[in-house]
Amino acid sequence: MSDAHAEQAAHEHIGLKHQFENLDQQQDADTLGIWLFLVTEIMFFGGAFAAYAIFRWLYFAAFEGGSHILDIRLGAANTVVLLGSSLTMALSVRSAQTGNRRALVIFLILTMILGGVFLGVKAYEYNQKFVEHIVPSLDWAPEGKVLAELAPGGLEHAQLYFFFYFAMTGLHAIHMIIGMGLLLWLVLRGRRGDFTPSYFAPVEVIGLYWHFVDIVWIFLFPLLYLIGGRY
Amino acid sequence: MSHHIVPLKTYIIVFLSLIGLTLLTTGVAFIDLGPFNTVVALAIAFSKMFLVVYFFMHLRQSGGLVRVTVIAGFFWMALLIALTMSDYRTRTWTPVPKAWSITAPPTHP
Repeated sequence: MSDAHAEQAAHEHIGLKHQFENLDQQQDADTLGIWLFLVTEIMFFGGAFAAYAIFRWLYFAAFEGGSHILDIRLGAANTVVLLGSSLTMALSVRSAQTGNRRALVIFLILTMILGGVFLGVKAYEYNQKFVEHIVPSLDWAPEGKVLAELAPGGLEHAQLYFFFYFAMTGLHAIHMIIGMGLLLWLVLRGRRGDFTPSYFAPVEVIGLYWHFVDIVWIFLFPLLYLIGGRY
Repeated sequence: MSHHIVPLKTYIIVFLSLIGLTLLTTGVAFIDLGPFNTVVALAIAFSKMFLVVYFFMHLRQSGGLVRVTVIAGFFWMALLIALTMSDYRTRTWTPVPKAWSITAPPTHP
C-alpha cells in the first residue's frame, strides 16, 4: 500500500477503532453492544416491576390508597416532558446523520434541559412526600386526609407502596442523571466537530440509552399513578 | 444499515401520537372500567413502548441480530413476571398436607 493510499484511508476512517474493518461494521457492533446492555437493564427493572406486581396484588387496597396520594397532573406533565426529550434526542441523532453540527448541539442541549425539567418536577414531588410525612422509614407519620386515604389498606402496607414508589422512581432518576452526564459529554464532542454523517455511533448509542430510560417511565407512570381507581 | 435518514415528518407524527396516547391513558384513569382500567393502561403503555422502540430507537432499520436481541430481552422479562405471578396466585389452590401444616408459612388472603 502506498503512503498516499494509507493516508487517504486513515483520513476516511476518523473514529474507526483498529479492530474493525470499516465504520459500518463498527456501528453494527456498537448498536448490538448497547442493546445487550439494555437487555440487562430490562431484567434489572423487570425484577422491580415483578415485585411491584406481586405486592400490589397481595395488598391491593393499600396500593390503591397510595396511588391516590400521588399528583396525577405532575405525573402526566412529566411524561410529556420526557417524551419531548426523546423527540429532541431522536432529532440530535438525525442532525448528526445529516452533518448539521449546530442543530446537533442545540438538540442535545434541549434534551438536557427537558431532562432537567423532569428531575425538577420529581424533586418537587419528593419534597411533597416529606411535607405529607409519607416517606417510609425516614419520615412516616401520615395525618389528616392522607391518613384517611391510606388507613383502609393498612398503614404498614401503604408504607410498602411508598417504598416501591421511591425505589423505582429513584432508580429511574439515577439513570436520568447518568444520561445527562453522557449528554454533556456528547455536547462537548459535538461542538468540537467529532461527529460526521459516517461517524456518529456515540450519539446513536447514548440516544438508545436515553429512549430506554423514557420507556421505563412510560410504564412507571400508569403503574404508580394511574391504575389506583381515581373515579 | 443505520445510515438511512428518517424523515423529520415521521419523528413529529410519532411524537404527537405518543402525546395523544398519554392524554388518552390519563383520561381513561378517571373512568370506571373495573379490572379493565389496568388492562387499558398497560395496553396503551405497550403501544407507546412499541412506537419508541420501533421509530425512535430505529428498530425499523435494524438488522435481524438486533431485533432478536430486543425480542429475547422482553420475552425473558415476560417469563420472569408470568412465572412468578403464576406461582403466587396458585399457592393456595392445593391443600397443605396436615403433616406439613406446622412448618408451612402463613398464607396470604
